Amino acid sequence: MRCAQVLLARRGGNTMLGYAVRRIAGTVPILLILVTLSFFVIRLAPGGPFDEERALTPEVRANLDRLYGLDRPLGVQYLHYLDGLAHGDFGLSYTLRDDSVASLIAQGLPVSAAVGFAALVLATLAGVPLGIAAALRRGGAVDYAVTVLATLAIALPTFVTGPLLALLFGLALRWLPVAGWQQGDPRYLILPAVTLALPVCAAIARMTRGGLLETLSASFVRTARARGLGPWRVLSRHALRPALLPVVSYLGPAATYVVTGSLVVETVFALPGTGRYLVQGAIDRDYTLVMGMVILYGALTLLLNLAADLLYGWLDPRVRHD
Amino acid sequence: MIEAQALGRARPSAPAGVRRLRENRVAVAAAIVIVALALLALFGPALSPYSYDALDWQHLAVPPGLTASHWLGTDPLGRDLYVRTLHGLRLSLLIGVLASAVSVGIGVAWGAVAGYVGGRVDSWMMRVVDVLYALPYLFVVIILATVFGRGRILMLLIAIGAVGWLTMARVVRGQTLSLKRREFIEAARAMGLGTPAILLRHIVPNLAGTVAVFATLTIPELITYESFLSFLGLGVQEPQASLGSLINDGARQMLTAPWMLLVPAAFLVTLLLCFNLLGDGLRDALDPAGH
Repeated sequence: MRCAQVLLARRGGNTMLGYAVRRIAGTVPILLILVTLSFFVIRLAPGGPFDEERALTPEVRANLDRLYGLDRPLGVQYLHYLDGLAHGDFGLSYTLRDDSVASLIAQGLPVSAAVGFAALVLATLAGVPLGIAAALRRGGAVDYAVTVLATLAIALPTFVTGPLLALLFGLALRWLPVAGWQQGDPRYLILPAVTLALPVCAAIARMTRGGLLETLSASFVRTARARGLGPWRVLSRHALRPALLPVVSYLGPAATYVVTGSLVVETVFALPGTGRYLVQGAIDRDYTLVMGMVILYGALTLLLNLAADLLYGWLDPRVRHD
Repeated sequence: MIEAQALGRARPSAPAGVRRLRENRVAVAAAIVIVALALLALFGPALSPYSYDALDWQHLAVPPGLTASHWLGTDPLGRDLYVRTLHGLRLSLLIGVLASAVSVGIGVAWGAVAGYVGGRVDSWMMRVVDVLYALPYLFVVIILATVFGRGRILMLLIAIGAVGWLTMARVVRGQTLSLKRREFIEAARAMGLGTPAILLRHIVPNLAGTVAVFATLTIPELITYESFLSFLGLGVQEPQASLGSLINDGARQMLTAPWMLLVPAAFLVTLLLCFNLLGDGLRDALDPAGH
């Protein structure tokens, strides 16, 4: 048994590498499409970030255009932008005059990443056990509660749950800070992470329940029971692993959800993360800022989806032979 | 469940589907609530003497009360929250439904053509869907909102509708692939009907059930997008209101006027929940063997 596993792993190792290379190669053009699309859509649009300011003299305008490279042909600007990206240079922000987009990202990303990571971990750590509990006592009180709460949590958008949680735990009960961020104080992390985690947790609980109900009635589990294995051993050695495969495949969409949701959570809880810059940049029509953030978030989404797919491919060899 | 097994994989006739839907009490209740909310959104504002943007200086930030002149309270500018919320509900419903219609239209056309024509056309069309699928759609919407400026409801509608059709296209293509091998399509072709006529008269009508289910599930999704953008300040602008922008206003005034958050949030949650429950019910009714 053990020997067979090792053999499989070794054989899987080779195809796994091929699969990983294929998947990574598939991601690069999509990232390029995202960059190109956002660059040209934004540049070809009428109006610009300096339109709403006081009338500028032609000299000032020309100087601004030269500073931001807007006086050169569009194709040159595009190549220049790509070249900058390759060196980690996202250009200068139009509205936050002294900041390069890269430095804004460097300031905000640790906060955003901490909240997102905490949310994903929390959702998995809470969702899987809840799903198992619901599946083991099918039709019981826990099952009923999990099903109802999951339906509710999936239907509720983060911009509703966030303010409601802040109202309840921040203002009414005064257990946690309503908003804000203090470096190194985990209390400021709790509400944002819980808000982000809730729908993901609900979806994971639902999938674990469904998957486990399916595998618990499968013939290989019946065989394991017939061999005299106890319920916990059946669960941990046989039923759980295949039941969790759909959950792993959901981690990609979950990551997308968390990345998008962080825009809301950072607005609701006034966190100094990157999501706020994206929102503010879109409101101010700060093109370089929006583009930098869209590329950052797009790349993050694609990379996290890629990681989830690779994890899935590693766990389930069947998908590598598509 | 037993019924589902008895039916096997055969497509149930429409009356059976309708009967199953009627037996699903949750779905029926959800449908009734949605109709009631839609009627309230249409005619509710007329019941109150106030308009959505009128300022009432005598009543600033008044809490809700049925005996008071402002039934659901006012905001700090003295605007009537009952009228504003229903106005927002109307706008959210309108944008959600119209954007869904846009995305259903694109999705059905795209999927049906790709599935029916097949071959190289199919693989290219679905490649486009795959690439768009991989792009984080909300960021595409944010780019569009940045470019076209805020507050243009038509723009918002197109932007949201344009990103919502991908799942529909995939589902419709799958259905079309199985439909086109059926005898009646072959008969239609033998009778000399052209591709557009077959698509319009035979393929699309047979997709109605699937499309209804996905449209019902698309509406709450797109209402959420709209509210999301309005919440962030990128969608509907003052003095217009959508449920998302009202929730944003409420979240800012949470400390002094919590009803400003709770009233629009309650409406949005009810709306989304009912659409989801109805969509689930429709899916169970029309495709009992599907899951």
